[in-house]
Amino acid sequence: MSKFRKRGKKEQPAVNTASLPDIVFMLLFFFMVTTVMRETSLKVINVTPKATEVSKLERKSLVAYIYIGKPIKALQGVYGTAPRIQLNDAFEELEVIPMFVDMEKKDRDPKERNRITWSLKVDQDTKMGIVSEVKQALRKENALKINYSTKKTDKISN
Amino acid sequence: MARRGISEINAGSMADIAFLLLIFFLVTTTMDTDTGLIRKLPPPIDEPLEDNDKVKKRNIFEVLVNANDQLLVEGKYIQVTDLRAQAKEFIKSNPSFPNVVNEDNPSYPDMPEFKMTEIPVFGNMYISKQIISLQNDNGTSYEMYIKVQNELVGAYNELRNELAQHRFGTTYSELVQKSGSSDAAKDKMKAIKKTYPQRISEAEPKKVGGAE
Repeated sequence: MSKFRKRGKKEQPAVNTASLPDIVFMLLFFFMVTTVMRETSLKVINVTPKATEVSKLERKSLVAYIYIGKPIKALQGVYGTAPRIQLNDAFEELEVIPMFVDMEKKDRDPKERNRITWSLKVDQDTKMGIVSEVKQALRKENALKINYSTKKTDKISN
Repeated sequence: MARRGISEINAGSMADIAFLLLIFFLVTTTMDTDTGLIRKLPPPIDEPLEDNDKVKKRNIFEVLVNANDQLLVEGKYIQVTDLRAQAKEFIKSNPSFPNVVNEDNPSYPDMPEFKMTEIPVFGNMYISKQIISLQNDNGTSYEMYIKVQNELVGAYNELRNELAQHRFGTTYSELVQKSGSSDAAKDKMKAIKKTYPQRISEAEPKKVGGAE
């Protein structure tokens, strides 16, 4: 890279940047491999509570998500502020859950249908009423393995 | 650059292209792995339970949460930070407490019964018949509910860890990790699990406390 004209006599030679693309590519591949694209766009406010005894969900392909919370600000004009259930990309009523369970089960390998974890991503300000109703609905459909999505923390307070 | 033949492609902009891609993936990446409290719901039942399935009151650790996020444990109002210690005391209990129910005696400990059970690695042991019953209100906040769940799961985990430390000199969570590869660790894990079986029963929520 001696194309750069030397302005002063005492100046040091420029740093060789030939390996820059390699470094960048390395980083690029790292992020390409670790990246997970968001499958759904959230329509509810979703801040999950914190807990200390959390465990990791192992197989992402065997997890189905149910979001519960208030509609986001932009949608509050249309949908109000009462907590709603979001399945995939849309607000749904409680009655749709059996269909949702069926659909999620059909998407999976028949052998693994009973191993689906139903991850409840519930906003921390939600009241238990709607959560209990969802749980009862899941229970009726034999979707028993559930996960209360929480963030890991070291200590909980009062 | 050589004048003859086809000139080389200028690779100077390669870094720029790579940077562009890199920034795209940096922005879209979400590193969070989903974590949470894993629970199992009871299978659906059609008929109500028969009377002889009823559990003795002394075997039940009753946890109630009302619509104002207040906690009532075994009839006493406590803070959520005290719940873990109390739950641990109840789950562990002591086999030497009298097994005969004598409700008239005020000093009679309201602690669970024990039953001689065979445990794979440990042999015969007194296993507590403890059950934790959790009931919340429809107006309870989800945050509080998770806190209570967390403390109860934490009580079991701590007891299991203590037992594993005492018997095997390792923690229960380590045994769980090793259980995938080693059969010995798996047996140990099962033994500890059987000594302190996690029994958290959730009653159907009531509408009390006036919310909604």
